[in-house]
Amino acid sequence: MDEKYFVSSSPHIRSGISTKTIMWNVVLALSPAFLGAVYFFGSRAIYLTLVGILGAVLSEAIIQKLSGKKIQINDGSAVITGVLLSFNLPPGVPLWMAFVGSAFGIIFSKQIFGGLGNNPLNPALIGRAFLMASWPVQMTTKWITPRGGSIPGFFTKLDAITGSTPLGILKTHVGEIFANPNSSGEQIEHAHHILSNLYSSIPNMFFGNIGGCLGETSAALIILGGLYLILRKFSDWRITFSYICSALVLGWIFGSPDGLFKMNVLFYAFSGGLMLGAFFMATDMVTSPITPKGRWIFGIGCGILTVIIRRWGGYPEGVSYSILLMNLVVPLIDRHTKPRILGAKEKI
Amino acid sequence: MAITFKGGIHPLECKHLSESKPIEVLPAPDKVFVLVSQHAGAPAKPLVKKGDEVKLGQKIAEAAGFISANIHSPVSGKVVKIEDIPHFAGGLGSAIIIENDGQDALAEELEPHSKWQKLESSEFAKIASKAGIVGMGGAMFPTAVKLSPPKDKKINIVIINGAECEPYLTADHRLMLEYPERIVEGAEMIKYALGAKRLIIAIERNKPDAIKTMIKSAKDKDIEIASLKTKYPQGAEKQLIFALTKYKVPSGGLPFDVGCYVQNVGTAMALRDAVIDGKPLYERVVTVSGTIVNEPKNLLARVGTPLRTLLETSGGTNAPIGKVISGGPMMGLTQWSLDTPVTKGTSGLLVFPPEKAEIGFEKPCISCANCVDVCPMNLIPTQITSAAKFEKFNIAKKLGALDCIECGSCSYICPSNINLLHYIRWAKWEIRQLQRK
Repeated sequence: MDEKYFVSSSPHIRSGISTKTIMWNVVLALSPAFLGAVYFFGSRAIYLTLVGILGAVLSEAIIQKLSGKKIQINDGSAVITGVLLSFNLPPGVPLWMAFVGSAFGIIFSKQIFGGLGNNPLNPALIGRAFLMASWPVQMTTKWITPRGGSIPGFFTKLDAITGSTPLGILKTHVGEIFANPNSSGEQIEHAHHILSNLYSSIPNMFFGNIGGCLGETSAALIILGGLYLILRKFSDWRITFSYICSALVLGWIFGSPDGLFKMNVLFYAFSGGLMLGAFFMATDMVTSPITPKGRWIFGIGCGILTVIIRRWGGYPEGVSYSILLMNLVVPLIDRHTKPRILGAKEKI
Repeated sequence: MAITFKGGIHPLECKHLSESKPIEVLPAPDKVFVLVSQHAGAPAKPLVKKGDEVKLGQKIAEAAGFISANIHSPVSGKVVKIEDIPHFAGGLGSAIIIENDGQDALAEELEPHSKWQKLESSEFAKIASKAGIVGMGGAMFPTAVKLSPPKDKKINIVIINGAECEPYLTADHRLMLEYPERIVEGAEMIKYALGAKRLIIAIERNKPDAIKTMIKSAKDKDIEIASLKTKYPQGAEKQLIFALTKYKVPSGGLPFDVGCYVQNVGTAMALRDAVIDGKPLYERVVTVSGTIVNEPKNLLARVGTPLRTLLETSGGTNAPIGKVISGGPMMGLTQWSLDTPVTKGTSGLLVFPPEKAEIGFEKPCISCANCVDVCPMNLIPTQITSAAKFEKFNIAKKLGALDCIECGSCSYICPSNINLLHYIRWAKWEIRQLQRK
């Protein structure tokens, strides 16, 4: 017998969609937000993103080389980490911070656990948390006024490097006045004035013409990329949907410092990093639950924590920490949300 | 609302290659190789020896036990020898090799019954047993056993499975187009034999012409024709029952636990031929397909015909062969030789080029949960796979490994190229070993 055939167990066909396909599609889906960042913050956006990618890819390659593994940086996963880390930085931070942050995320949150697929926590968010803990001043003040954007009284065209984000203003300028029982009527009136100014810039928040992290400002462009991923089934709609819904409902009830049921839902949705977090970071496959029910719980948990941190926490924005905290309980969620096997009497 | 189940996949159908090709009768080869193990259960015991003259349809091997099946000669001629030949499940298997004298002289061992409605309902299982009928969808479970369910299990619904959800395969499709009356008659026999109330013939929507033909043939009869959503594995027993009745076959149970009975269209027709014509099961329709096959065909082939003959009749291939599959691409078995013969369960012969044969190395699992989303049994394939990798078979069992129907949807969809089903099969095997101890 001279012929030899390949023998294997079934099935003998594959969908043709690989991990690589998924990862590079995520990169593609992030590109509208990237172009938006370049438009709003200028060439800095390009440098920061490239340095972030470089830090992630380089550190991944070095660790893989050192540990004697095959170098697999072309799978796109490190690129995503680099882009997301940069997107989570204030546009005015020094470039080296993007490099350090993404390298830290890759090394200490991903490779240390065994590389792709084994990390319990989102590497980009760990990188951001590291930067936040190490250089808090840069991470909370280096905002840049976007092209032409302003919130009356806080940004002017000349005010190029300082300034704040809508959520920062809400927390410090508005929140503190309402929280202080000794605030005068005049102060409270001023706070209401600021609030209405904030609400009046919701269209700017939606399109991205607002102060904030590099890639999170334009809700429109993030939603565009995120919907692409969901439609192509490269990301799970349940997490995004439950995260946004729970954050908005709870935000509407508890979000405003001047009382219950007073928060403007659109402001809550488009200020800060909720869209970027819900579409691109909570949905990270590796660090989110695998059961359908678990994904609902995960999304709702992120929403609850985000509202708690935004309203009562020390930081104006809670998206990244809420996702990190929920990442930690993913194994627990998966364990207790196993679907009922078809025909089984009880759950496993 | 489309009639279907939860989960599943949409692989490229590739049925256009052969669905418009009418069934062609493949002349019986000069020599047939009849495996004695071509059904679920114990291999049949040969009744002939070297030098014996046999006739077409003569019983040449006898069922060895309750779950086993008789085997009949697919040609008339002389037994050359009984020898080990390549077996479709891998390795070698004993086969009765018969030299064809070309006469097709009939044995006429089975009695024809033109008025089947006058038969006792218990007669049908006996005829199925005598005719050596087994499930022709691929599982090859003896039909006689299925037709005699335990006394306490009442069958209410008979489902005739014409879903043919495997890509490439079109044998059942052609049967429904060309012999609808015979299928309907066989289906009615099953309903009658089991005293069932409902009879449903279920067909996937990607075969509108078959649905139309079957509706026409079932006219004025108490038969429902169901058009199912085109989705793999729509034809899997438990999924089919769920889609049509919303009944869930209990874990570890069988369709009769929910009062259902599922039989492939080809088997229904074989039963009808056995009852009315007294014809035992010694031939079947096989789809020969694959992108490199010159003329994909649906061939009516005698059991024991080497796959090589089928491929040659289909014009051979226009590229080197990398993989030979008996059955469909999702659940079929790869063959190590083209000398493997056609069996009662061979629904297809697929030939893939080398570049489609190798699946490649697996990469790390990224917890994308695609396998969880597609699993029609609601399992978590990736966790069973992990348990198997760490040889924690008790955990795999707790996770429901034994409920896996081995449809392969998880392996198909995995972006990291992990053959999850392979690990689950291994876990199932190990669990059964542990249970035996």
